[in-house]
Amino acid sequence: MNAARVQLPELETEQRLYEIRSQAEEQGKVKARGIRPSGAPFPVASVETGYYGIPLLKRPSWTWEIPLYFFVGGAAGASAVVGAIANYTGADRRLVRDARWIAAAGSIISPALLISDLGKPERFYNMLRVFKAQSPMSVGVWTLLGFSSGSVAAAFAGLLRERYGESLPIRVLENAGETASLLFGLPFSNYTGVLIGATAIPAWHENAGVLPLHFGMSGLASSVGLLELMGHRRSRALQMLGLGAAVFECWEGWLLESRKSTALEPLKRGASGGIIRIGGILSGPLPVVLRVASLVSGRHSTRLRKWAAMSAVAGSLLTRIGWLRAGHASAQDWRESLKIPH
Amino acid sequence: MPVTAFLTDSTLCIGCKACEVACKEWNQIGDDGLDWSGHSYDNTGAVGHSTWRHVKFVENAPEPGFGGNSELNSWTFSSDVCKHCENAGCLEACPTGAIVRTEFGGVFVQPDVCNGCGYCVVSCPFGVVEKNPDDGRAFKCTFCYDRQKANLVPACAKACPTESIKFGEIETLRAEAEARVEGLHRRGMEDANLYDPTETSVGGTHAFFIVRGDARAYNLPPKPEVPTIYLKKAWISSAVGAALLLGGTLAAFLADRPRRQR
Repeated sequence: MNAARVQLPELETEQRLYEIRSQAEEQGKVKARGIRPSGAPFPVASVETGYYGIPLLKRPSWTWEIPLYFFVGGAAGASAVVGAIANYTGADRRLVRDARWIAAAGSIISPALLISDLGKPERFYNMLRVFKAQSPMSVGVWTLLGFSSGSVAAAFAGLLRERYGESLPIRVLENAGETASLLFGLPFSNYTGVLIGATAIPAWHENAGVLPLHFGMSGLASSVGLLELMGHRRSRALQMLGLGAAVFECWEGWLLESRKSTALEPLKRGASGGIIRIGGILSGPLPVVLRVASLVSGRHSTRLRKWAAMSAVAGSLLTRIGWLRAGHASAQDWRESLKIPH
Repeated sequence: MPVTAFLTDSTLCIGCKACEVACKEWNQIGDDGLDWSGHSYDNTGAVGHSTWRHVKFVENAPEPGFGGNSELNSWTFSSDVCKHCENAGCLEACPTGAIVRTEFGGVFVQPDVCNGCGYCVVSCPFGVVEKNPDDGRAFKCTFCYDRQKANLVPACAKACPTESIKFGEIETLRAEAEARVEGLHRRGMEDANLYDPTETSVGGTHAFFIVRGDARAYNLPPKPEVPTIYLKKAWISSAVGAALLLGGTLAAFLADRPRRQR
């Protein structure tokens, strides 16, 4: 035995034991688990109590990097799509450039977050040993690789073009990078919904058909929000996209709230439920109201759009944090995996 | 190579934990803490990264025929282990290919390949595989792959003093399990039953259990499903999402174009 491991009795535990003993002496009965003074009920493993309420499932081992990655990846993927389409339709050059920069920044932050969450970060390249279509994590890693390469190439080529002027190699690199970031950006913006949807965690897999759509729209809302915060508050296209995404998020929230299932409780109750609800309001109804108001009001239009953008970005981040916390709560729910009625 | 399995018979288990100790010794797993659980006399709780065999202490209220009296409750013990599913969630989910199917039919995590992404942890419907926070990699029962390679019986089955843990060729063992349950029924143990989820998407396991009464009291899920069954629904949703993103963005920018060109 390691000497450092020997624990001294904690004052708090000893105090609690003393209380329990006193209670047992006075009443002959104690309401606490695992303590059985004379006359108290036995701890029982049964169909009603499960195995002493010890959860069957293991909690996700992911730390803070993962919800942040879900947010960054969603915003980056959608930004690549927005940037490419804006470019193809001949929109404002500054908008195209800024969208590409968000995608490129996300392409660098995302792998950093993922690698730092690994138990053995120095072995991250083992992800590239195989491609497994049945593993959303494997599909996601390859999608991220394609997306990152494309986005960084497009942003880099854009930088070269601004500095050294047009030339064929630069144009080839820029177009190829942009096409790759568009094609990979589409699945990259929402695959994280598949990633957590196809797991053993009830609150997640009950929503397997909803999560990718939800995360994709949340990603679009955050991408639009970030672009607006970077100054593009006069683009009607962004306004429409932001409004569309927010309306979709309202519908998503209504869908979630109206479904009744014990598996969905972590999405509605406790800390995770609270975060998801606040995130939902910031992603759905609030931006809708602010955007409609900004359309109507002439004078405060851009300020209202700025608030809508901030609300959508914060809502998108909170949504991912809430969903991951809900996974923890759902794994801890011993009744759900054993199909014991609540 | 024969395809092998474990048959764990809780009606024979005496709760000595020799399997846990033998497993830890052979596989050189670290300790799992000297903490009191506060639930029952089981202070380990569940299988995990440092517990590949775990003896469950299923404590029942005193009941005639089940044992126990007004002072002492009755106990059933059952040694839990990785189920080595036919369709294993962890194996399907592993993005590095670290988790493989061995020639004996077991599911094995190659420790030299695992990079600790943690996706197997959320993909196991039995809550078996777990990430070791100190080491960083995921660990679970290896089905004593090394011992089986050398024609040896897994450490837990070898150490079991009552043959509660049986090891052998899978079909022989299944037949043995059915015969045992039948025998128990004949002797009046009407509630004995075999837990081997063949009807769900998991498609059967390489570790089945004879338990008494409802398996849920043993923390065995009635309907374990391999998470790959949710893939189709999720990828359809992803495709719809991608189409909406592309179509919506295109529509928004195209609609915005004439005004800007004016």
